[in-house]
Amino acid sequence: MSVGYPILSTLIWLPIVAGVIVLFAGRNNPALARWLSLITAIVTFLLSLPLWFEFDRTTAAMQFVERFDWIPAYKIQYFLGVDGLSMPLVLLTTFTQVLVIASAWEVIKERVEQYMGAFLIMQGLMTGVFVALDAVLFYVFWEALLIPMFIVIGKWGGPRRVYATLKFFLYTFFGSVFMLVSFLYMYYQAGSFSILDFHNLPLGMTAQVLIFLAFFIAFAVKIPMFPVHTWLPDAHVEAPTAGSVVLAAIMLKMGGYGFVRFSLPITPDASHMLDWLVIVLSLIAIVYIGFVALVQHDMKKLVAYSSISHMGFVTLGMFVLYDIVESTGGLKGAQLGLEGAMVQMISHGFISGAMFLGIGVLYDRLHTREISAYGGVVNVMPWFGFFAVLFAMGNVGLPGTSGFVGEFMVILSSFMANPWYGILAAFTLIIGAAYTLWMIKRVIFGDIRNQEVARMQDLNKREFAIMTALAVAVVALGVYPYPLMDVMHVSVEHLIQQAMTSKL
Amino acid sequence: MSTLHTVLTIILIAPLIGSIIAGLFGRQIGRTGAHSVTIAGVAISTVLSAWVFWLFIIQGHEPYNAPLYTWMVSDGIKFQVGYLVDSLSATMMLVVTFVSLMVHIYTIGYMDHDADYPHDNPYYQRFFSYISLFTFSMLALVLANNFMQLFFGWEAVGLVSYLLIGFYMKRESAIQANLKAFLVNRVGDFGFVLGIAVIVLYFGTVDYAEFFAGLEQHRNDTIDFGWGPVSMITAATLLLFVGAMGKSAQMPLHVWLPESMEGPTPISALIHAATMVTAGIFMVARFSPAYELSEVALSVVLLVGAITAFMMGLLGLVQNDIKRVVAYSTLSQLGYMTAALGVSAYAAGMFHVITHAFFKALLFLAAGSVIIAMHHDQDIRNMGGLKKYMPITYWTMLIGALALIGFPGFSGFFSKDSIIMATAESEQFGAGFAHLLLVAGVFVTALYTFRMFFIVFHGPESEYVRTHEIHESPKVVTIPLILLSIPAVLVGWPLIEGVLSGNYFADSIRVLPEHDVLREIYEHDYHGAFNMVLHGLMSVPVWLSFAGVATAWFLYLKRPDLPAKIQQACMPCYRVLVAGYGFDRFNEIVFVNGSRRLGEFFWKVIDQTFIDGWLVNGSANMVATAARNWRQMQTGYLYHYAFAMIFGLLILLLWAVWAIK
Repeated sequence: MSVGYPILSTLIWLPIVAGVIVLFAGRNNPALARWLSLITAIVTFLLSLPLWFEFDRTTAAMQFVERFDWIPAYKIQYFLGVDGLSMPLVLLTTFTQVLVIASAWEVIKERVEQYMGAFLIMQGLMTGVFVALDAVLFYVFWEALLIPMFIVIGKWGGPRRVYATLKFFLYTFFGSVFMLVSFLYMYYQAGSFSILDFHNLPLGMTAQVLIFLAFFIAFAVKIPMFPVHTWLPDAHVEAPTAGSVVLAAIMLKMGGYGFVRFSLPITPDASHMLDWLVIVLSLIAIVYIGFVALVQHDMKKLVAYSSISHMGFVTLGMFVLYDIVESTGGLKGAQLGLEGAMVQMISHGFISGAMFLGIGVLYDRLHTREISAYGGVVNVMPWFGFFAVLFAMGNVGLPGTSGFVGEFMVILSSFMANPWYGILAAFTLIIGAAYTLWMIKRVIFGDIRNQEVARMQDLNKREFAIMTALAVAVVALGVYPYPLMDVMHVSVEHLIQQAMTSKL
Repeated sequence: MSTLHTVLTIILIAPLIGSIIAGLFGRQIGRTGAHSVTIAGVAISTVLSAWVFWLFIIQGHEPYNAPLYTWMVSDGIKFQVGYLVDSLSATMMLVVTFVSLMVHIYTIGYMDHDADYPHDNPYYQRFFSYISLFTFSMLALVLANNFMQLFFGWEAVGLVSYLLIGFYMKRESAIQANLKAFLVNRVGDFGFVLGIAVIVLYFGTVDYAEFFAGLEQHRNDTIDFGWGPVSMITAATLLLFVGAMGKSAQMPLHVWLPESMEGPTPISALIHAATMVTAGIFMVARFSPAYELSEVALSVVLLVGAITAFMMGLLGLVQNDIKRVVAYSTLSQLGYMTAALGVSAYAAGMFHVITHAFFKALLFLAAGSVIIAMHHDQDIRNMGGLKKYMPITYWTMLIGALALIGFPGFSGFFSKDSIIMATAESEQFGAGFAHLLLVAGVFVTALYTFRMFFIVFHGPESEYVRTHEIHESPKVVTIPLILLSIPAVLVGWPLIEGVLSGNYFADSIRVLPEHDVLREIYEHDYHGAFNMVLHGLMSVPVWLSFAGVATAWFLYLKRPDLPAKIQQACMPCYRVLVAGYGFDRFNEIVFVNGSRRLGEFFWKVIDQTFIDGWLVNGSANMVATAARNWRQMQTGYLYHYAFAMIFGLLILLLWAVWAIK
């Protein structure tokens, strides 16, 4: 596959270079910084589209590959490529980024160039995480990403930002250190840092278990899974709107991506042995976190907890395959679960992004995220009310929205593994609706609560455009998920084959 | 693509297009534009549905099963959107579109003025958009040829119901009611989804046809939930029935329906009486081949239905809100339909769905006409003597009431009598008990219906009626009433024979010969519709309903002092009925408060104290103490450090890409 330019490098480096330019050129010229950033984001998005159109849906092999020696002494390579698992996530990143830049348009008034620069650089690094096929390169992107996010929360964040950034940094850093150790171990075994070589590397059970646990800690923190989830609500609450959007829509997905790119194919036997751990924690995330979300007073915290609960479907769908084989004797259902998990990630990107943007819209007007400060918003902001209800329904997993697709698939497949998995997962139908719609009731519906609410203005054109773009994405994926599934099939089949092939 | 396929697509899409135009461009096209475009959409659907009905019912077209598009494929399981048209769906389509059309027209009059909204608010357009969206969703549900689409329609009608119950969104009671309706329905959906999961697990498909084809092969399969194997078919059908209990408001998931009356009256007629709430009945009838294979499931369905029919009817006796009387009557009638399903009289259940759709929509719209005349006061104690002010409403409501109580010859008589006879004939476990409840329910139905009717139309004029000018509603309101009262009277006559003999739904409903009580009745007791009416005049149920009317007359017109005395005499009974048997209170204490307490506990104790307090901040403090110097050194430089690092990385990588090559 080739499209006339090194597409993956472009998607990584164009935003980073542009980010650095914005940083310098945009000083004292916020308008320039804004426009330059927006144009970069749009151009990058357009340049990422060939990934979708030129993608070969018949092969599980890596596509759009770029591979050069980087540090030959250690066999470290600049090795990029995408398959059906990573390509949709790259597009999610480039798509979301346009909206993220647009969302900060008038809201950020100080140090615009630094803010925009940080987000552009973040975009490049996130893309790098999804397309890197060399473990060192992956690790560099993975860790480097913490820095701009750290800065965004630390500089433009809320009153408790120092606590939140520290917690965020320590949690994730703690997680990834173990991952680095496993990379080094596998490098000594395989003689290369290529992730694809890791896939084929025979590993003993002890090594697999240790590597699995190391990866597990790294990815569980990132997703995040119970009980290492407590950094997320704090980070969201303190982060500015765009930071929350990037965090929820894209960065959480890196954890889920890690499981399918590393854990399942590299340590299939350990995954099999320890799948109960992931499944139990996923189910706790779905049920327990649902109850926690119910009692939140802060809208961002509520959506943050809702994110954790929804990401529980991602991890559940990824790890039910072994139990399916055990209880049904066949593999039917495994693909359903994995593809459901992947769709859930994309869908959650749209819906959680939209919900955080929506909260940002409210916050820009009243400067509070307390649910009790609002009430009857729809009376003064009818369009906002329309979008809020639409995305709430997505969050609730209503058929016809993207939120339904992944949830439905994962419930079906986890039921195949064990009826009780399905029963607990399906509990989200009730609890998810309860916390989401109770919030909608208190914020959107009702009579106008106070003078501040009465003065709120409906969406401006910019906000309307952002919401429309997300609404179209949510409905399109809900009404016709076929194309997205089509892109994944071969890669997921390949992954299942890898996960089911013992390395012992 | 055949003509039929195109026609079905138009039937499905026309209301959706109307809804989108009225919803998104309501301000631009104005009120007239909005109701014109939505009525046009629904009218197209109605006319074409009539054609489809003619084709399938009169002409006896083969069942039509075809996909529209493939929603997705995963794991070899095809999830499609498509159509299954047979006698069942063709009939439902016509009922849905016809009632919807009547309600659309009626709405022009009903929603004209609204105290809750200023005149320039496009609430009017939004309302039309919602009811058209509902029509689309209901058609998607009815036309479905697979579980996925059924679930889509199921949830979409739930969404519109949610939006419409909360239509008066400034009222706390309305937005409380719609949240409750959605959540209670979600409890049902929880079972529904798990039912679908059982089917996907055992049949490997969501397609109806493949599911039915696999039933024979899987009929003895078992499923293990951890307490030993149980019949898979029983598990699947009962789980699906939980969904039906939510949507069709069967006890104990009935609690949302009375409160759904917070919505404007036209939607109470369309959604919460005629169509959406019967989706559960439709679903069970649709899966009759599966329900037939589980005696346990049938008995559960039967008992839930019969208990709901009787107990909800009793609650209708103590309501003073005109809409709530009709709402409890709906609950009770849904119980009758459900009970019919339980004795394998699916056709009778569906028959009652059809007749009920007409007479109940009629009753609701007539009640709405009264409400318009009363300037949106719904308390029957403030009415009285309205007969002379609103003759059309009076006569049409009388027709609806007679149909509801099963007056011989009216549509409700045929359907309800079929159900009662079927329970008498059945040998299903619990059928005798159910039969008693249903027969007793007939008396209750007549009593609460005519209690309301007499108080509203014949009782002494209240202070309000005497001091205000009360007049008949405009034509857009009365014409739908007249149009609906025609089928409310007549629709039983042509259908009864086909329903009893099994011919009408022959291509869609399957009944095992040993369960087929309707056929039994047809062969032994049925001698033509006219004979049935004559015979009905001498049967216990009809006499009980006459007794109910007489009692209502005696208590509320002849001796209006008596009800208060009866109430005094049995205060506990009255309290239990007014409290609705305490279901709401129980749910409030156990589920609502319980969930919130549990959430608080998880959040405050486990998340904040244990994980954050002890584990995270505990270890963080340790690290922080150890690394305080390191951190102080870094503060202020971190920012530069970050960008230096990225820039360095950039240079390094560029070098890697270009230099080494």
